[in-house]
Amino acid sequence: MLTPVLSRNWGDADSFTLAGYARHRGYEALPKALAMEPDALIQLVKDSGLRGRGGAGFPTGMKWGFIPQGPDGQGAKPHYLVVNADESEPGTCKDTPFMMANPHALIEGVIIASYAIRAKKAFIYIRGEIVHVTRRLQHAVAEAYQAGHLGTDIHGSGFDLDIVVHAGAGAYICGEETALLDSLEGYRGQPRLRPPFPATHGLYASPTVVNNVESIASVPSIVLGGAQWFGAQGTEKSKGYTLYSLSGHVKRPGQYEGPLGLTLRQLLELGGGMREGHELKFWTPGGSSTPLLTAEHLDVPLDYEGVAAAGSMLGTKALQCFDETTCVVRCVLRWTEFYAHESCGKCTPCREGTYWMVQILQRMENGNATEEDLVTLLDTCDNIFGRSFCALGDGATSPIVSGVQLFRQEFMDHINGTGCPFDPVASTVFAGAHA
Amino acid sequence: MSGSDKITTDLGMPGTATVPAGVPPLTEQTRREAREIITRYPQPRSALLPMLHLVQSVQGYVSPDGISLCAEELGLTKAEVGAVATFYTQYRRRPAGEYHVGVCTNTLCAVLGGDEIFRQLKDHLGVGHNETTEDGTISLEHLECNAACDYAPVVMVNWEFYDDQTPASARDLVDKLRSGQPVAPTRGPDRQCTFKEMSRVLAGFPDDLATQGVQAGPATLAGLQLAQQRGETAPAYPDEEKS
Ligand SMILES: Cc1cc2nc3c(=O)[nH]c(=O)nc-3n(C[C@H](O)[C@H](O)[C@H](O)COP(=O)(O)O)c2cc1C
Ligand code: SF4
Ligand code: FES
Repeated sequence: MLTPVLSRNWGDADSFTLAGYARHRGYEALPKALAMEPDALIQLVKDSGLRGRGGAGFPTGMKWGFIPQGPDGQGAKPHYLVVNADESEPGTCKDTPFMMANPHALIEGVIIASYAIRAKKAFIYIRGEIVHVTRRLQHAVAEAYQAGHLGTDIHGSGFDLDIVVHAGAGAYICGEETALLDSLEGYRGQPRLRPPFPATHGLYASPTVVNNVESIASVPSIVLGGAQWFGAQGTEKSKGYTLYSLSGHVKRPGQYEGPLGLTLRQLLELGGGMREGHELKFWTPGGSSTPLLTAEHLDVPLDYEGVAAAGSMLGTKALQCFDETTCVVRCVLRWTEFYAHESCGKCTPCREGTYWMVQILQRMENGNATEEDLVTLLDTCDNIFGRSFCALGDGATSPIVSGVQLFRQEFMDHINGTGCPFDPVASTVFAGAHA
Repeated sequence: MSGSDKITTDLGMPGTATVPAGVPPLTEQTRREAREIITRYPQPRSALLPMLHLVQSVQGYVSPDGISLCAEELGLTKAEVGAVATFYTQYRRRPAGEYHVGVCTNTLCAVLGGDEIFRQLKDHLGVGHNETTEDGTISLEHLECNAACDYAPVVMVNWEFYDDQTPASARDLVDKLRSGQPVAPTRGPDRQCTFKEMSRVLAGFPDDLATQGVQAGPATLAGLQLAQQRGETAPAYPDEEKS
């Protein structure tokens, strides 16, 4: 059930060094890739079935194939690879420990991907709020230069590549790929109108691939193992292995690497189950922007199709599990405060809507809300969903709409009673201990 | 940033008279390093975010002088630089504590104890959200999810991880920071850096601490260790199958 690939070397104390990566076949994919035609590499990634691990699940090889090549038009401009290492979606905590433990797997993937799309410059846009991970990346890039994996004429292939590690400065919206590009160009991070898409008009209006850390880091294994090896793992339309991040009221939270399509029931078993004497109340399959699920959904296969069929989204496989001591209204309020805080302000539905939803949810949590407020809350979601400029707005409605759908009575209890009936102490990890 | 017009200096060296007491001035070296950052990018303006981190590494916040320096080097107006600086939460608008203590109060951490930790730290330090203790050592803030939910509740000091906190461990942490006793992050270097030291790393000038600290914490390793116990592995690569 567990298939460590990205995590295979994490147990070694020097896993983040070049030597620690090389011991586990690190940088063996690179010469193989450089001996291939770039188009053949793109085909290989297409054939593997790899889909983006940043949340949306877009086929990675197809994205690379959209990059215009050749001497004319956009193809003639410099091409760029930008790695999205901004990991900030609430609940999502995979790229951060991965880059801390195994930055070279990402670097090797960046070199191969850049070669495939014919980019001579790659950027890793890393969240500014994880400084030790930044150090590990800086160190890995320096080691890779020293080993001749980066720079000019890499291993005599004639291919040149430079990598810049670029730290952001705190803004969730910069994880959205077009906002990220604006930020990387030195502007406020606000989403761009699409089309044109980054594939043709991305960084500096040049052809650009933006990929998630895990997507790019999966590429060396595909080069070593082949499309069939990769595609034999996972499910029919969601191929390969992935990092599942288990968190919350579970006995052994953490990173669990396995094929796509495992179920939360299986993962909870691996993680020792919910904490003693408690049961699962609700969970997110892929971060706070993916609609909540309950114990009814324990056997939903965690792949793109399975979770969609259950009315949610696979997202980033950020499995935040809450037990029965947890107030769903409190959680929904807190997530909504997050979206209101992070709304970039560019479009009205999201900027104003998230503000008003916070006001209503606060009234509920404090016991000052009416039934009409609940109606207004859902109306506001209606007005945001599908009417916002980017997916942040849509995401902001997910916890509210799903929360009310699944736990309407609990919302009503907040309205008709005297506010929140839950004891917040009971849901802490130090409940019962002297803290 | 509206007051910055009053504090304009001549071109070149930012004036020392314009910075508050105790804040070191930007120097020729700052300017040289800013230019070095610019050379990393195909287009100069891309250097703006790291340049603002650089300014913070010298002065601890984005000062009017820092805004001027960035504007001059990039050929932008101060208003353009200010508009960017105010968009991002990591840039400080005024001098603040040497240690930036952030308690994650996004949903998962909040529920697992972050709210209680934040409440107790406010009481203990006598400051609120975004305020600094009188001795200038600690600025307190509540944070959004810091990508460490499997270590909840999480506290960050200058963006280093302090995992699996309790109110008592967090109080102890800030006490040590205030009294100058050594502390080290759970997943991070052997010592806690200051805000300015950390900002220099974000500006792209590495310190020598990358190889310090664990490669991975216990939660990171949970799945791998279980796989090893159970003898589970990924399918072998085709070239490994027979050996
Ligand atoms: C508000 C918002 C935040 C996002 N944050 C991230 C992020 O932190 N990391 C990431 O890889 N993708 C994030 N995405 C998705 C990216 O826009 C983009 O789809 C992704 O980086 C593409 O990479 P992939 O195809 O490899 O998944 C975010 C999207 C939105 C709307
Ligand atoms: S939906 Fe929100 S985050 Fe996205 S562009 Fe509109 S205001 Fe900005
Ligand atoms: S919710 Fe605190 S680190 Fe994710």
